[in-house]
Amino acid sequence: MKLKELESRLQGVDHFEEPKILLEQYPTSPHIAAHMLYTIQSHYDDIEDKLVGDLGCGCGMLSVGAAMLGCGACIGFDIDSYALDVCLRNFEEFEINNIDLVQCDITGFNTNTRWHKTFDTVIMNPPFGTKHNKGIDMVFLEQALSMAQTAVYSLHKTATREHIQKKSYDWGVKMEVIAELRYNLPATYKFHKHKSVDIQVDFVRFSFPNKKR
Amino acid sequence: MKLLTHNMLTSNIIKGVTKGFPLKIAASEVKVSEVDFNPEFIARMIPKMEWSALCQAAESIGQLGDLPKELAPEYESDEEFLKKAHHVLLEVEVKEGELICPESGRKFTIRNGIPNMLLNEEEVAK
Repeated sequence: MKLKELESRLQGVDHFEEPKILLEQYPTSPHIAAHMLYTIQSHYDDIEDKLVGDLGCGCGMLSVGAAMLGCGACIGFDIDSYALDVCLRNFEEFEINNIDLVQCDITGFNTNTRWHKTFDTVIMNPPFGTKHNKGIDMVFLEQALSMAQTAVYSLHKTATREHIQKKSYDWGVKMEVIAELRYNLPATYKFHKHKSVDIQVDFVRFSFPNKKR
Repeated sequence: MKLLTHNMLTSNIIKGVTKGFPLKIAASEVKVSEVDFNPEFIARMIPKMEWSALCQAAESIGQLGDLPKELAPEYESDEEFLKKAHHVLLEVEVKEGELICPESGRKFTIRNGIPNMLLNEEEVAK
């Protein structure tokens, strides 16, 4: 599937009707999702026939895209019932039947879980930690790295790049900034003064040095 | 909830629970659908599974069929076996029901095929 077609098809993914501010709910735009997923597959071959995890899947944009690009199966995780309901609607609409969902609190996972190194690839657009939940992006990242065998693909504020680089070094994982994106957050929440807000975001690939890839 | 997913779910995030696996399934609605068969993918998933727990789970909801309870050597090239494994792993879904922690008896609801693993604050093991 070509990039343009992927983006076009992802336009049809339903979003949150009433996004919850405190959970930092906003959909990954079809444009960003398509570029992310297309790169992950065409450049790194980390989606097709792979077991993919989507942490903080929200309305399922990344999971739907992963299914469109031929993942073996995908498991999405989110804390919010409403978001998960939107996911189900999307899977039905796109007739996707190889994605499963789990409602849980990712930040509550410990290292005792059976998810350790289960997924080939983890893909996520985690909360950035801007709503009384500072540091949550690193918690998501730590969990993702525990759950993935080959690679973790994630979006993080460019402003946190140095901090993440240091953490990656401490954790012994390889960090590669694949691209810098301008994340355009539309005025999703009523208190946003401007029509939209641009944040600089890094699209990052984390991998494990002892593995071949 | 597919049985692939069920095989990964544990309740040892609960205070006082040591292993919390496997979770017992009490299903009120099970759905079977057709999912595209990808033999290489299934062959790679099998080593990740706790096989006896998978069979136990399938059996408890009447979906074991003739899936062998022990893995034969060279199962990776046995397409008939892989097809049966595929069926149990991906085509069977618990839509409504409960998962029960084997140690504490705590129940987790499955609604619309989604298991709810959220805990109350007092339950979380620190």
